[in-house]
Amino acid sequence: MTIGVLALQGAFREHAAVLGRLGVPVREVRRKEDLQGIRGIVLPGGESTVQGKLLRDFGILDPLRDLISGGLPVMGTCAGLILLAREIGTGGERHLGTLPVRVLRNIYGRQLGSFVSEGRVGKLENFREVFIRAPGITEILDPETEVLAVTGDRITGVRFRNQFGFAFHPELTDNFGLHLMFLRSAGLFPESETAPNVRQAA
Amino acid sequence: MTESTQQEKNQTELNRGLAEMLKGGVIMDVTTPEQAKIAEAAGACAVMALERIPADIRAAGGVSRMSDPAMIRGIQDAVSIPVMAKCRIGHFVEAQILEAADIDYIDESEVLSPADDARNLGEALRRISEGASMIRTKGEPGTGDVIQAVRHLRKINAEIRRVTTLSDDELYEESKSLGVSLELLSLVRQNGRLPVVNFGAGGVATPADAALLMQLGADGVFVGSGIFKSGDPEKRARAIVAAVTNYRDPKILLEVSRDLGAAMVGINEDEISLIMEERGV
Repeated sequence: MTIGVLALQGAFREHAAVLGRLGVPVREVRRKEDLQGIRGIVLPGGESTVQGKLLRDFGILDPLRDLISGGLPVMGTCAGLILLAREIGTGGERHLGTLPVRVLRNIYGRQLGSFVSEGRVGKLENFREVFIRAPGITEILDPETEVLAVTGDRITGVRFRNQFGFAFHPELTDNFGLHLMFLRSAGLFPESETAPNVRQAA
Repeated sequence: MTESTQQEKNQTELNRGLAEMLKGGVIMDVTTPEQAKIAEAAGACAVMALERIPADIRAAGGVSRMSDPAMIRGIQDAVSIPVMAKCRIGHFVEAQILEAADIDYIDESEVLSPADDARNLGEALRRISEGASMIRTKGEPGTGDVIQAVRHLRKINAEIRRVTTLSDDELYEESKSLGVSLELLSLVRQNGRLPVVNFGAGGVATPADAALLMQLGADGVFVGSGIFKSGDPEKRARAIVAAVTNYRDPKILLEVSRDLGAAMVGINEDEISLIMEERGV
């Protein structure tokens, strides 16, 4: 039950480390062959323009889209959310387009607009949310989409069936709760088992 | 914790976090909005806005200063990826101006007249304790010769490996001799790596050069003169980006190394008259 982490560019090492500490086998995905046999995939933060371009250049975009449409569990954070989004504001190029939301890149501006917040994400209370040149979700395009997080007056976390998207970076904190939520929803981590090294949110 | 120290702590976390997002990527030097667009389209994860690329700074001589904020603004408006700019080493007013210009990352650089780079572990850790969120292991910029970047990366790697073998009392001695805090050095011993992202730089002219730095442990690569001093900047930029992602895959490296046109001419290390790496030490 290997989980893939898209490793074209960005903070893939951090996601792989969290999954590793949860005892999940991880594979870095750099070529389309690496998609074979994975049971879920994490799309990390980084630069969405770079990741989107490399997804195309290496022929990963189409097979990955097919897998996600076919039900492959996926969690995208920051740039990963942008890769998943069905629409990108101000006419940006769409990538996977499987998650029915509209996002706006760099909604908080440049690095001086980056910030840390704390809030509820799904059932997790006081989750530390690290926003770095983050995108925002400006519209939900399918009523089946569940809102998991709201920061200020902006939607910052959603779930649509097998797809999770977050505007912030759970992999940069020591709280593995969201990774666990993702794995459990995909049936990749037993409900009954307590995760090792998971700091339960206060 | 007071509110201001909490804010400072968050700022460090956010700045180091941005550097984490740049990993596995290529940061390209650009001098015009047109070059910035070519770099972004080729897959650069960030651009460095500067008036002249290192090879031209080297040729021109004289004092090299922070770029004109108007020129930087033009580049910020042209692309959606992070924009970095350089200030002279220790020139904190240039840094304040760049911050006011809403620059994503400020680079205290040796390419400008004496500036935040490192050639060994002590230097790297001292920069980090001064507040650097990202380290660039430098070679000799503007030469097209990667040899010195390789040497410095190897040196830092060797020093890190040595630190991981030290006992508690030896670690104390080491922190004194390097002039760095015991806390920072303990982190290096524990993790076997620097506590911030470390990019390789200096003399990268080919996909093979970039992959070499990655295989030697760089988290990503800066390319300065190597792209826009070459025959076909667009193609070369794309090739270097692909090489950094697939740095361990010789078949892909072979593929992207074909038909790139002329590389920058380059200067061999024994022919260099101005040694920039020694600036700001």
